[in-house]
This record gives sequence, structure tokens and C-alpha cells, in this order.
Amino acid sequence: MQVLQVLIGGVAQGCIYGLIALGFVLIYKATETVSFAQGDLMMLGAFLGLALLSAAGLPFWLTIPSVILAMAAFGALLERLVISPILGQPAFAIVMLTIGIGYVARGAITMIPGIGTETHALEVPYRGALVTFGALVLAVEQLVVIAVTALLCALLYLLFRYSKVGIAMQASSQNQLAAYYMGIPVRRLNGLVWGLASAVAAIAGLLLAPITFVHANMGLIGLKAFPAAVVGGFGSLPGAIVGGALIGVVEALAGFYLPEGFKDITPYAVVLLMLVLRPNGLFGESLRKKV
Amino acid sequence: MRADEILLSAQDLSVRFGGVLAVNKVSFELRRGEVFTLIGPNGAGKTTVFNLISRIYQPTGGRIDYLGQPLTTVPPHRVAGLGIARTFQNIELFEHATVLQNLLIGRHLRHSRRLWAELLFLPAVREAERQTRRKVEEVIEFLDLQHYRDTLVAGLPYGVRKVVELARALAMEPRLLLLDEPSSGLNAEETGDMAFWIQDIQQLLGITVLMVEHDMSLVSRVSDRVLAMSQGEVLALGTPAEVQAHPGVIEAYLGSADDASSLRRAVA
Amino acid sequence: MRFIFKTSYDQDIALAKHGGHRFWYGLLLLALAAAPWTLDEYWLAQLTFVLIYGIVGLGLMLLAGFTGLFSLGHAAFLGVGAYTEAVLAAQGWPFPLSIAMAALLSAAVGAVVGLPALRVKGIYLGLATLSFAFIVEEGLARWESVTGGNAGKMVGAMQARIGDWGWTVDSAEGFYAVCLLLAITCTLAVLNLLRAPTGRAFVAIRDSEISAQSMGIHLAYYKTLSFAISAALAGIGGALYAHKIRFLSPDQFSVLQSIDLLLMVVIGGPGSVHGAFLGAAFLITMPQLIALVKDGLPAAIGQAPGLQGAVYGLVLIAFVLFEPLGIYGRWVKVRTWLQLFPFYRRGLFKRQKAFQKSDRLK
Repeated sequence: MQVLQVLIGGVAQGCIYGLIALGFVLIYKATETVSFAQGDLMMLGAFLGLALLSAAGLPFWLTIPSVILAMAAFGALLERLVISPILGQPAFAIVMLTIGIGYVARGAITMIPGIGTETHALEVPYRGALVTFGALVLAVEQLVVIAVTALLCALLYLLFRYSKVGIAMQASSQNQLAAYYMGIPVRRLNGLVWGLASAVAAIAGLLLAPITFVHANMGLIGLKAFPAAVVGGFGSLPGAIVGGALIGVVEALAGFYLPEGFKDITPYAVVLLMLVLRPNGLFGESLRKKV
Repeated sequence: MRADEILLSAQDLSVRFGGVLAVNKVSFELRRGEVFTLIGPNGAGKTTVFNLISRIYQPTGGRIDYLGQPLTTVPPHRVAGLGIARTFQNIELFEHATVLQNLLIGRHLRHSRRLWAELLFLPAVREAERQTRRKVEEVIEFLDLQHYRDTLVAGLPYGVRKVVELARALAMEPRLLLLDEPSSGLNAEETGDMAFWIQDIQQLLGITVLMVEHDMSLVSRVSDRVLAMSQGEVLALGTPAEVQAHPGVIEAYLGSADDASSLRRAVA
Repeated sequence: MRFIFKTSYDQDIALAKHGGHRFWYGLLLLALAAAPWTLDEYWLAQLTFVLIYGIVGLGLMLLAGFTGLFSLGHAAFLGVGAYTEAVLAAQGWPFPLSIAMAALLSAAVGAVVGLPALRVKGIYLGLATLSFAFIVEEGLARWESVTGGNAGKMVGAMQARIGDWGWTVDSAEGFYAVCLLLAITCTLAVLNLLRAPTGRAFVAIRDSEISAQSMGIHLAYYKTLSFAISAALAGIGGALYAHKIRFLSPDQFSVLQSIDLLLMVVIGGPGSVHGAFLGAAFLITMPQLIALVKDGLPAAIGQAPGLQGAVYGLVLIAFVLFEPLGIYGRWVKVRTWLQLFPFYRRGLFKRQKAFQKSDRLK
């Protein structure tokens, strides 16, 4: 029974990793850039939720969509101002840029007097609630995470399967110039993708906040989301979630069965194993240059 | 080595990528000192044959022998040491280095490399550097690249890059030179220069040349023998005139008369 | 405007290309040698840090800037070198031997970390190195018998003694001299490597692996070598760092430290040896500058704890957006402007804005 609870906790944690990884993969699929800022965007979303819910006193059902929309707009703005000028530069430069964005986000939040350096609780309606299934006692927060992740995946799947956006994204990631010629509005598409990725990060932040509390360094969880993306395969959206769930479960089981200290390194050991066995991840594609 | 000795021979060479049989039982022999050209429409498998010889791909059938020894067991980075150099269809130069540095890298195998000697830059290393530089200058003079010696490759026009690619292959002092579409993207004058250079490479430097080419005038000018391929298979083998007159080759390139008539537009 | 008329190959092979080079670098060496007498203790300590970080930056520059291999976990090698030195110094090893040992051990770890490089490229390699770094950091924390774990480890003074005879480096000037000597040696070694076939092989691997292979460059050997040398340099830096800081704990070698090292390389100027030291200088002086400017800012901003991080981030973003060639690149532009005056054209250093093509097919 305890194992089952540990597993569900692991899946919930893994869904968070998966959501952040989903953001990376969205951006990678559209623009072939890797964004290290997803974790910190998640943190910003959580703080915004805190500000609206606790400080401004907005009702819960209004806060959530507001945060998502605001973060989406912020992500699109970020893309327009900072990312699009350097598209076409080597990947190294773009990664450093997103790391810089993360630094600025963390620093800016820490600078807010009083709030920045403290840890806060997000007053969600289901905070602390428990639900019982026979002998199984589960935290509602974890169940909400899993449910919302599943819903989000379904929505995104519908978006990409039945709309032209998904194809347009892949086209522009493989050859931007050709995409322009085909009439794909590449700049608007990039803005859309970053907005979407930021919205997903905001959702992740709102989901995580009840579990780990809101504080300036919560974005560092983003670093654990990379193993999720690697395991799933960097070009695959479902892979991100599956990878995340896998990492979450492995981590939870390691924490349960193995001595202390191994829990933190298991995601990275899994990454290394994956890179040796299947470098392109579970769902990734293997491409080779034709000379 | 006698002039008519076989340098490279491919027997029933085949390679399959997934469901596609890119090269199907291709056989030919390359004699020392000749210029041998592979022709064929796009997708015929000519560059694939090159990639098989350079060991970038592993054949799924058949064999390649070089100087009597099987080539299919040699790892890719050892091919250069056997005296095989190649140019690439889409230029693979080192973009952020100068022309001179590109050529110097071409001479990588010609000196022994000892890490500690290099870290301390012993006199032996310095002397080896001077030797390398001297050799590279010979190649620069052969191909008239003096003007571009210190220019970054990224800033060079396409025609010059093709010449630098050739220079880099020559800097390796190979026995066998694989040229992949040497005249693609070059104008008539540059193609003429390329023809002269290929002749000089064959006659002055004594290098055997295996070439993939589309420009039939260049092929006729410089080739000793021609192999025509289509859909991964050999169509014809012989002198340029023989192959160009071969009906199968004409059909592969131009299509038969029936096909052409279906494309003709009806007069309104 | 300087025109170099070349009459011998040696002029291209030599490190100092003309009289001006020899003059200015000679002056720099003199200034550095005279520092213990001209600078006060605080600035001498900062300069020592610049030299130490410069050596580490040299290693990372070789790996990322010259061989094109992405390493997000370089602090791990720093940590290995630092702890090796701490342990060996405590056992009484003379410092030339212990530093050599630190370099060798870091090189071995580097070769292991470089194994994924043989199979994966780009961001995957970066993530593999990141993963290794986390594992090494955790390992350092758990191996308490040797490293003292999270409680930390004291490091003694640097010394080279056999019995009563020898030298204990217990003065700031003496330590500075050792650091300077090592920095110069490492720089010369890397410069020598870069003008020799091995250095050219690294650059070839960065620019086009397939054609490097067809030139006979054994990719696996050179990639592993690059990782090993880069890690060895980080190990030497780490050994010196241990003696400077005097107290080691595993969280000094976390991923944030790795990112700081990368910051150093990017801001200094990727792909140039100067960039390593300029970046190190930036990393060390930035906190000083912030501290200086802090008092002039309104209290809400100036006294806030997150200011340093935010400023670092802003500077990094600014450099990547506006000056991708880093501080060294900006210096080259200024120097060219001065040399060509008044004929400097703005388009001289214009970046070719390439429309983005899929990186997976490179």
C-alpha cells in the first residue's frame, strides 16, 4: 500500500517535471532552441498566482485563467524582445541567453522587499485536503496535478493534430527560410510557441505551489525536467510527459528503497543510461546528415 | 606499381537503407592513373558509392578492395591514411578557419603527433610545422589560391570554396582522389579551369581520380572511362563516347520518345 | 595601420606576430610580475582569483570554444581537483606533486565524462555533462571519509617540504607567484597546442566532423583528449582554489558554479584565449562594481539580496544580444577602429544573419 502511495506521489511529481519538459519540447520543436528559463517562468507564474490570490484577494476561479493569460503574454513579449533577435546564432549563445533570463527572473523576484526572500503558501481551495480509497490515503493536490496534466495533454494533442499550427511549427524548425516562403508567419508562430510554453510553465507553477510552497528558488526544479525531456526524446511532446512520469516514479522509488542521497542523483543516472542505450530518447527520432 | 594495375575494385556492391536499395550490385575496377567518372541522373546512387568508399556507410552486400586489401573493415578515420582523399557535394569546409588553416588540417596525417612534444612546442614540432607549411604552399600555388590564403572560408564566394575543397584534398597527397561534382555551381570559365586542373592532377601529380559529374562536356574532356548509373544499378561502362551513345543511358537521362510526347502541350 | 610583411614561415608559426605584440605582452608580464609590490593586499588577492579562474576558463574555452563540445558541468572537475589537493596536502605531499596528481585525476574524470561525447552531440552532450556533474557533486558530499562531506574540509597551507627543508607558501605574495607561474605555463601550453596539429584537429571537429574524419582525424581520440586536457586545467585551477579559499564544501562546486564558468567564457569572448582571462576578470570584478554602485542606488534596489543575480543575468543577456564575441571581440573592434581610423566601416564585423536551419542535420 505504501508503495502505491509512493508511486502516485512519484507520478504527480513526474507530471510537474513533464509539464516543464513539455515547455522545453514545444520551444525546441518550433525553434530548435533549448530554453533553460522554463523553471524560472514556472516560478514567476507561481508568484503571480500568489500576488493575485493572496495580495489582491481575487477569487480562485478568476486567478487561474488570469495567471495563465498573463504569463502567456509575458512569454510572447520575452520572445519578441530578447529571443528573436538572436535566432540563427549558434545554440550555445541562445542557451546562455535563456540562462541569463532565468538569473534575471530569480534576482528580480528576490529583490521584491519582504516577499522575495520568504517562502509562501498558495491558498488553493483544496490545500491539505485528503481523499481516501479504502486503505489508500492520497493528497488531493497530487491528484489535481495528474488530472490537469492529462487534460492539458489532451488539449495540446487536439491542437496539434487538428490544426495547422503543429505542421507549421515543425516546418519552421527545420528550415525557417523555406517556411517564410511558404507563407508561414514564422515570427508570429515563435511568439505563439513561447506564449504557449510560458502558459504551460505557469500551470505547472500553480500546480506545484501547494506541494512545495512558493519561493524564489523553486525554478531549480527545472533542472530535473531536462532528464525528463532527454528520456522522452527532445522532439516529442508525449515523450516529455512520459519521460517526466518515468523520472518522477524512479526518483520516488529510489527515495523509498535506496539509502539517503541516491534519490537526488537517480534522474541523472537515468539520463546517462538513456544516452548510452537510446540517445534519441524513447520517442525521439534519429536523423543523420547526408553528405 | 604498373600503370594498368588495379587500384580499387568494387564487386557486387550493394547498400540498403530501410526499404530503399540505394546501390544494387555495382561492380567496376579502377586502374591506376586514370580518370574514371560516374554519371547518372540524380538519385542514381553515385554519391552513395563515394560514401561507401569513404566508409561513411557500411555496404550490405558485396566488397570493395583497395590495393588488394578489403576496404570494408577499415574504420572511417583510417581511410585517409590509405591515401584516399575526397571532396564533398555540399562543401564541407571548416567555416571559421582560414583557407590556410583548412589546408594545414589536410596534412594532419603526414606527421607524427606526440602530445607532450606539442604542449612544449619542441624544435622538432616547429620543424614539422615548417615542412607542413611548405607543402601546403605548393598546393596553394598549384591552384592559384594565394589571394585567399588568410581569408576566413565563411567569407568566400562559392566558386573559390570549391577550389579550396579541392586544395584541401590535394594537401593530403593522396593516391586516389574522389571528386564529388567538382563543377557544380561553377560558370563556364571556372569549369574550364577545373578541367585543366584535373588533367594536371592526373598527369603531373600522378593521382588517380574518381569523379561524379553531370557536366558532359567536362566528362568528355577529362575522363578515360565512364560508368553510367541509374536507380542504383550499372547501365553502361566504357569510354565517354561509347557511354554517351548507349541507348539505355540516353533513356535514363532524357526519357524515351514516348514519355516526351506525353509532356508536349496541345496547341490551343 | 600595421602591415605585416611576411618573409618566413616562422612568422606565422611564432606566438608573437610582430614587434607590437612582443612589446605589449612583455609589458603585461612585467606588470603582473611587479604586482606583489605595486598592489595592496586586497587587489592582489583579487588578481590571484582572476588567475585561478583564468586557468579554469582556459580549459573550458578549449573544450567549448575550440572543440565545440558543450559542457554544462565543468565545476565538477574543479571540485575533483580541489578535493584531491586538500587530501594530498593534508598527507604532506609537496605541492608540485599534489597539483600534478589533481590534474591527472581530473583528466581521468574528464575522459570518463567525455564518453557520451562519442555518441551524442549538442544539447544532449550538455545534459550528459550536467548529469555527471550532479553525480560527482553528490559523490563528493557522500564520501565523507575522504572529503568531509557536507561539513566541509579545511585546507592547509601550500607547501613543498621534505623534513625541515623546503618552502611553505604561507604569504599572499608567494602564493600569487605560484599562481602566476602556473597561469603562464598553462596559457603557453594551450597556445602551443592550438598552433600544432592537435589544436587544428580540435577546430576541425568543431566545424565539420565528417570532413575531419575524412582527413584522418580520429574523432573519439581527439574528443576524449579535449575533455581530458580541459578537465586537467580545471583540476589545476581547483587545486589552487582550495589553497586560496582554505575551506571546501561540496556546494561550492554546484551547477551554479558551472554556469558561472560558462558565463565567464561567453562574456570573455568565445573562441579566444584572451577571452578566458578577460571573462575571469569580469567574474571577479563584477561584484566589486556592484558594491561600488550599490550605494548610489535607492535603498529598495541597492540593498536587495537578489541584485547581484539580476545584474549578472542582465549583463549576460546584453552580451549575447549585442556583443556575441564578448569582451575580447569588443576590444578587437575598438583596436581595428583605432588602426583603420578614419576608414573604419561599420560592416566589418557584421554577423552573417543566417536563417535558422535544423541543427540536428548539421
